Amino acid sequence: MSEETVEKKIILKEEDDYIVNMGPQHPSTHGVLRLEVCLSGETVNYMIPHIGYIHRGIEKMAESDTYKQVIHLTDRMDYLSSHINNEAVCLAVEEALGVEVPERVQYIRAILDELTRIASHNLWWSAFGMDLGALTTFFYGMRDREKILSIFEESFGSRLLHSFNTPGGLLHDVHPDFRKHTLEYVKYFRKKLPDYKNLLTDNVIFHNRTIGIGVMDKKMAINYGVTGPSGRGSGFSCDIRKAAPYGIYDKVKFKEILYHEGDSFARYKVRMDEMVESLNILEQLVDNMPEEGGFTAKMKPVIKLPEGEYYQRVETARGELGVYIVSKGAKYPYRIKFRSPNFSNLFVLNTLSKGGIIADLVAICGSLDLVIPDIDR
Amino acid sequence: MILDIYSFSTLTSSIDNSLHNMMSPWMATLTEFVLVGIVFLLFYALLGLFLVYLERKVCAVIQNRIGPNRVGRWGIFQTFADFIKLLMKELITIKHADKFLFNLAPFIVIIASFMAMAALPFAKGLQAIDFNIGIFYVIAVSSLGVVGILIAGWSSNSKYSLIGAMRSGAQIISYELSVGLSLLAIVIFSGSMQLSTIVESQADGWWIFKGHIPAFIAFVLYLITATAEINRGPFDLAEAESELTAGFHTEYSGIKFAFFFLAEYMNMFIVSAIAATLFLGGWMPFHIGGWEGFNQIMDYIPSILWFFGKTFVVIYIIMWFKWTFPRLRIDQMLNLEWKYLLPLNLMNTVIISFVVLMGLYFK
Amino acid sequence: MNSTIKYFTDIFKGVLSLWAGMRVTGKYFISPGEIVTEQYPENRATLKMTGRFKGEVIMPHDENNQHKCTGCGICELNCPNGSIEIITKKVPNEEGKMIRAIDKHIYHLSMCTFCELCIKTCPFDAITWGQDFEHAVFDRAKLTKVLNKPGSSLKKKEVKS
Ligand code: SF4
Ligand code: SF4
Repeated sequence: MSEETVEKKIILKEEDDYIVNMGPQHPSTHGVLRLEVCLSGETVNYMIPHIGYIHRGIEKMAESDTYKQVIHLTDRMDYLSSHINNEAVCLAVEEALGVEVPERVQYIRAILDELTRIASHNLWWSAFGMDLGALTTFFYGMRDREKILSIFEESFGSRLLHSFNTPGGLLHDVHPDFRKHTLEYVKYFRKKLPDYKNLLTDNVIFHNRTIGIGVMDKKMAINYGVTGPSGRGSGFSCDIRKAAPYGIYDKVKFKEILYHEGDSFARYKVRMDEMVESLNILEQLVDNMPEEGGFTAKMKPVIKLPEGEYYQRVETARGELGVYIVSKGAKYPYRIKFRSPNFSNLFVLNTLSKGGIIADLVAICGSLDLVIPDIDR
Repeated sequence: MILDIYSFSTLTSSIDNSLHNMMSPWMATLTEFVLVGIVFLLFYALLGLFLVYLERKVCAVIQNRIGPNRVGRWGIFQTFADFIKLLMKELITIKHADKFLFNLAPFIVIIASFMAMAALPFAKGLQAIDFNIGIFYVIAVSSLGVVGILIAGWSSNSKYSLIGAMRSGAQIISYELSVGLSLLAIVIFSGSMQLSTIVESQADGWWIFKGHIPAFIAFVLYLITATAEINRGPFDLAEAESELTAGFHTEYSGIKFAFFFLAEYMNMFIVSAIAATLFLGGWMPFHIGGWEGFNQIMDYIPSILWFFGKTFVVIYIIMWFKWTFPRLRIDQMLNLEWKYLLPLNLMNTVIISFVVLMGLYFK
Repeated sequence: MNSTIKYFTDIFKGVLSLWAGMRVTGKYFISPGEIVTEQYPENRATLKMTGRFKGEVIMPHDENNQHKCTGCGICELNCPNGSIEIITKKVPNEEGKMIRAIDKHIYHLSMCTFCELCIKTCPFDAITWGQDFEHAVFDRAKLTKVLNKPGSSLKKKEVKS
C-alpha cells in the first residue's frame, strides 16, 4: 500500500462516551428522528442525527408517476405545508409548458399558501411550547389551527394532505363560503394572538430558555443552507417570496421578517411575526380575489414536458423547497429531486447544541421546526 | 356516641376509652395504631385517586377540553379504572437492574409521603400525632422521598432515569432550604412548631392576614419552593417528559409506577395542607375581629370542610402553575433558588423577626 | 446600587410576566363556554361532514340499481398507487353485439391516498366521494370493496335535448 492511499479513519465517537439515544421514539423529536447524544453530565458533547426511519423513496416513486400523480406524493413530504409542496411541482410543470394560469388561481393559491403557513406555524408554536414544558400551549395552538383546517376541509374535503393543486390550476373551485370564512378566521386569530404573547412570548421562563440558546450567525446559516424562518432569525434574507417571487407574490405588499440575534428566541419571533404578516397578506388577497376567471388553465389530458431540466423553488413554512425535474420528453419525469428545507436545517443541530445541555438541545430542535418525513422523503 | 362534625375530639376519645376498657393498655395502643393505619391507607388511596382526577379535570378545563367523561358520571371513576388497569399490567423486569433497590424505591417514596400525613391536623381533634416539633417532622419526613427517587434512578439501569434522579437530587437539596425558611416565618409569628398550637394561634385571623406583607411574601415563596420540592409544575425536571421521556420512573410499569404516581399527588396534597395549616388557618373558620354575627355563621361550617377547602384552593393554585408555565432548565432552577429565593427568604425572615419584635403585626 | 435595583426590577418584571400568563389560563378556566371538544360517538347524529369530504370512493347507483361506469379503466390508469382494479366482462347489447361492461370495480380503500385523480378523470362521472369516515375494521380484507353493486347495470345515457 503506497503512502497516499492510507485509510484515514474519522472517529465519530469514543468507546467510553456516555451516549444517550433520543429517538426514534422520543417526545421531543416530533417524528422518527434518532439523535445520538453524547453527554458529560448534562452537557452535550456532540450529537449525531440518524435519519432514514421514514424513508419512502418518494423521488424514486415519482419517476414512474405522471406529473399529475407526483402531486399527491409531495403532500407526504412536509405534511404541514402540503399545499405549498404541491404548488412547487405545479409551478415547475407550468413553467416548462409555458402555461399561463388564470389570475384567480394564483390568488387562491397564495391565499392557501398563507393559510398553510399560519397553520404550520401554529402547530409549531404549540409543539414548541410543549417541548419546553408548557403543555397548555399545545391545546391553544391546536384549537386555533383547527379553524384553518375546517376552511380546508370545506373546500378540498381533506384537512392535512389536500392534493388540491394540479398542473394548470386547481382540481376544482373553492367553496362559495371560502372568502367569508377566511376573513372570519383572520379576525378570530388576531383576537387570539395576545394570548400567545402573554402565555409564551413574554414569559420570563421562556426567555430564559430561549434567549442566547443555540446562536447561529448569518455565516453559519448560509454555509449550512439553513433557510426559512430559522435562517431569517440569523439575518439571512432568504424569503423566496421576496427574492424570486412566484405566483401573485410580486403584487402583494409584505415585509420579510428578519431578526439578527440568531438564537432560538429570534427564530421564535420570526415565526410569530410571520403569522401576523401572513394575516396581512390574507387580508389583501381575499379582498382583491377576482370572482371570475375559472380555476384551471386549459391543459392537455396527458402532460408531457419538453426535454430539459426545470427548477422551481418556493417558500414553504420551513424554508426553501426546490423541485428539480429532468424530463426526457415522456409523460413521466426522468428524475425528480427535491431540495427539502428540513434536510439542511437538521444538520446545523449538532453545531448549535454542542456545549449546551439536554434541555437546550430540545429547545433548539424545537426552534428549528423540523418535520421528519421531509428530511427522509 | 354521637358524631360531632365540629369537633372530633369526643369521637376519638370515646374510641380510645372504649378500647382501653376492653383490653390491656398496650393492646389498646396497638389496636389504635392499626385502626389509624387502615384509615389513613384508605384515605390516602382514595384521595390520591381523586387528586389525579381533579388534576385531569382542571387541566382539561384550562385547555378548553372536557377531560375524562366516560367512566361514570363526569368520568369520576376514570382514575379507578386506570388504577385497576395499572394493577393488572405486567411488571417488566429490567435486565441488569439492581432488583432489590429497583423494587424498594417506590415503597420508600410512598412511605415518605405517607408518614408526613400523620402530623396533619385535618380538623378539630382529628390529628394522628400532635408532635411538639410538628413542622420539623413534616419537613424532615417529606424530604425522605428523594432517597427513593435517587434509588429508582440509580437502580433501573437506564440513562434517562439516572439523569432524572440526579436532577431531582440537586433540586431537592437546594429547595429544602427555602421551604424550611419560608415555614420559619410562621414559626416566628406563632412562636411554636406544634401544628395544633399554630392553628390555635390563628383563631382570630389567619397568619397571611395578620402577618400582612412579610407573611404574604413567605406564602408565595413557600408555594414556589414547595412546587419545586414535589417535582411539579414548571419544576418537573426529574421527569421532564420532553427531554427525558419520563425521568426517574421511565423503567417502571404497573403498580410500581402507580406508586410513584400516587406519591406525587399525595405530596402535592401534603404541601398544600401545610400551606393551608400554616398560612391560611388550617381548620379554623374565617373570622373577622368584631363581626360577631359573621363569625358565628362561619363557625357553622365544620372545621374539616374549612381544612379541605383551603387545601384544595392551594392545590388549584399549584395546578394552575403547572399548566401555565414552561419548564425551567436545571441550571436556571438552581440559579432561581440560590440567587433569588434563598436571599429573599433570608431577608424576609429578618423582616419578620423585626416585625414580631416590634409587635408590628395584627394581634 | 444599580445592580441591586436591576435585581429587584428583574424579579418584579418576571413575576408580572408570569402573572400575565396565569391570567390567560385562568381566564379559560373560568369560561367553560370555550370548550371545543367534540364528543364523537355521541354527536354522530349532529356531526355533518362538509359536502366535499373525501371519505372513500363510491359509485352512486340510482333506484333501478344502475350506475354510470362503462368499465373503460381510465380511473385504474390514473390511480397512482393501484388502488383500483377494473374487471370487465363481455355482455351483449340490444343489437346482440358483445360489448365491454364492468364486472367488478374493485377499490382498495387501504391503499387509497385520496388524491381524487380517479374521480376527476372518470369520463362518465361514475364515481364520487362518499362521506362515510368510520373505516376502522378488524380485518384488512374488508377494506377491499367492490363498488358496483351486484346485479347492477349500466345506466342508459339520457338523450340530451
Ligand atoms: S369508474 Fe369511470 S373511469 Fe373508472 S372504469 Fe368506470 S367509467 Fe371508467
Ligand atoms: S383517490 Fe387517488 S389513490 Fe384513491 S383510488 Fe382514486 S386515484 Fe387511486
